Amino acid sequence: MQNLALETVAPVVESVPVPKITAKDVNVHYGEKHAIKDVSVDIPAKGVMSFIGPSGCGKSTFLRCINRMNDTIPICRVTGDLRIDGRDIYEPGLDPVLLRARVGMVFQKPNPFPKSIYENVAYGPRLHGLASNKVEMDELVEWALRRAGLFEEVKDRLKDSGTSLSGGQQQRLCIARAISVRPEVILMDEPCSALDPIATAKIEELIDELRANFTIVIVTHSMQQAARVSQRTAFFHLGKVIEEGVTDQIFMNPRHELTRNYITGRFG
Amino acid sequence: MSVLYFSLLLVMAVLAFALARGRASSGARAAAFHSRPNYHGLLAASLVAIPMLVVFVIGAILTKMIAESQALTALDPALLTDPLRRGAALREIVEVANGRFRGNPSITLQAAGDTWAYVQRVARFSIYGLGLAAGIGGLMFALRSITPDLKARNRFEWLVTVLLMICAGIAVLTTIGIVFSVVFETVRFFQKVPPMDFLTGTQWSPQTAIRADQGGSSGAFGVVPLLTGTLLISGIAMLVAGPIGLFAAIYMAEYATPRFRSTAKPVLEILAGIPTVVLGFFAALTVAPLIRGAGEYFGLSVASESALAAGLVMGMMIIPFVSSLSDDVITAVPQSLRDGSLALGGTKSETIRRVILPAALPGIVSAFMLAISRAVGETMIVVMAAGLAANLTFNPLDAVTTFTVQIKTILVGDQEFDTAKTLAAFALGFVLFFFTLTLNVIALAIIRKYREQYD
Ligand SMILES: Nc1ncnc2c1ncn2[C@@H]1O[C@H](COP(=O)(O)OP(=O)(O)OP(=O)(O)O)[C@@H](O)[C@H]1O
Ligand SMILES: [Mg+2]
Repeated sequence: MQNLALETVAPVVESVPVPKITAKDVNVHYGEKHAIKDVSVDIPAKGVMSFIGPSGCGKSTFLRCINRMNDTIPICRVTGDLRIDGRDIYEPGLDPVLLRARVGMVFQKPNPFPKSIYENVAYGPRLHGLASNKVEMDELVEWALRRAGLFEEVKDRLKDSGTSLSGGQQQRLCIARAISVRPEVILMDEPCSALDPIATAKIEELIDELRANFTIVIVTHSMQQAARVSQRTAFFHLGKVIEEGVTDQIFMNPRHELTRNYITGRFG
Repeated sequence: MSVLYFSLLLVMAVLAFALARGRASSGARAAAFHSRPNYHGLLAASLVAIPMLVVFVIGAILTKMIAESQALTALDPALLTDPLRRGAALREIVEVANGRFRGNPSITLQAAGDTWAYVQRVARFSIYGLGLAAGIGGLMFALRSITPDLKARNRFEWLVTVLLMICAGIAVLTTIGIVFSVVFETVRFFQKVPPMDFLTGTQWSPQTAIRADQGGSSGAFGVVPLLTGTLLISGIAMLVAGPIGLFAAIYMAEYATPRFRSTAKPVLEILAGIPTVVLGFFAALTVAPLIRGAGEYFGLSVASESALAAGLVMGMMIIPFVSSLSDDVITAVPQSLRDGSLALGGTKSETIRRVILPAALPGIVSAFMLAISRAVGETMIVVMAAGLAANLTFNPLDAVTTFTVQIKTILVGDQEFDTAKTLAAFALGFVLFFFTLTLNVIALAIIRKYREQYD
């Protein structure tokens, strides 16, 4: 493994139709630690892109750059060029709060608020004034819960605490919460890592539906999941993107030996 | 003598531990033992220590009883009926026995002293002998019962459970005892003053005539002015400490840089360590004149001792309670909840208001309750800054007084413990106790309701 070069493979240029997000030479430091090294990726609009790679290679870190959640970590420093719809999201005048309303996030561990199921979903719309009255809010909450495939299970207990749900239900609640503000981009950091196969299948189905309207980036440790849900895949290794391209191509015919080793399970 | 006895006990216990552990870990069968060697050692040590302790305690109690009754038989039996004179006689006997009696003791007293000393000597030897025997017996028993099957761990843990139970029992019993003694005295008070007069009376002047021929004050025991005074001062204190403490906590937990936090937090906690008598000084000599000056400037009449001065300073006193505890509970709210809110496009203040504070609410409520209990129970600042006058008023510029201050005032100095005046202190204590108890129950109810909803 040491003798393998860490050079990245040049992306296949023609294959990104309309990039929603473009990253160029992004570097991230945690204090002294250089966590992301010169990463350049294009993420297409209205589609699913997956980030794969061994643990600690910087997938979450890079994902958190896209909605500037790294701002909350004092020692974290992001440099480089990251654009959404051509606009630099790290430009000084840009308000990260507005950015995050457009770029939603689902975390690895379900983190429902200690509020009722209804209030969990209504939280974002309330912040942004997306519903002008109770009826509209009810509709919005139901819509989000339905999209997340949770409504039927919880429709009689919307007043119960969100934390009283099972892990899989909580994760779908968090997805409902994320889509309730109708973001353009949804970032998902290992959304299925705590779920059983049935709940995982539900969420994959959901991702498949959502991609018609949203741009989705998903971090996953499951090769099968990446292959099933995503159209494009980027392989991270030690803070670099080693290879990036159409998912089928990456899995059928990886151009870099590290990628091949990883997806065939020889390490990582 | 007891130091020597307990050293002996310790040596025996350590010896038992070492012997038992050695026995349980030696030989090829060591692996077959149910419990690990340390537990055998601990069990053996307990089997030595507990009997020795029991011998000592029972011996000490018996010694005292026997020595007293034996020594007193030498004296005039008339002495024994009066508890005060009996106590004095006993003190003299002990002095004689220890050779510390000043002057020449009478023959009977000398004889009593000798008896006392003799009983003590015999008792000491018996206790040592019995204790040693009990210890050795325990040791032998422990060593003999060590077999691979002995469930030493379970037995030792049972002993530990019993010990913990005894400690818990002592804590509970003391509480019950204190409550009962207060209730008992309160009932005695209510035999002299009707409860309705006490609870609804608006006059508080506990001076009663000491001798029958003294004229004048007959005593009025209306608790209402004290209640309003207490509420007024605690209310002012919470108005100061509630917002300041909570906002300081929010700043420290959410906005302050780690460096600022690590210096500011200890400094704030020092404030909690200032003796209240110093704060009382500050209230009486600095704050009260300031308020008076300000009041006069605006043409208000301000008493030189005012509820406002006491309340403000008391508020300062309890700020650290509110802020430090609230800070802890706010910091304990998981980062994932903050991230969840921020990732939805919430601002920092929206996140604090709508997610963090609700999640931390139970802890914040208990911080407030603790602070209120402190405020209600505080005496020194009120004595110095708010005066003793029991005015029935809600004007913060008047002098008022509180439960604790009146209890202190009543009981200071030499007192007969069966006048209405002194007994009133117990009744006040009871009301105060009831008051804080109610506060705690309310706080618990709030916390439980909230937990049920959201946990
Ligand atoms: N808050 C932080 N402070 C300091 N270092 C961090 C922090 N977060 C992550 N790192 C470091 O950055 C590197 C990348 O971490 P990251 O969480 O992005 O990995 P990952 O690819 O998501 O791994 P996993 O698959 O295990 O989630 C790791 O070496 C990690 O130690
Ligand atoms: Mg990760």
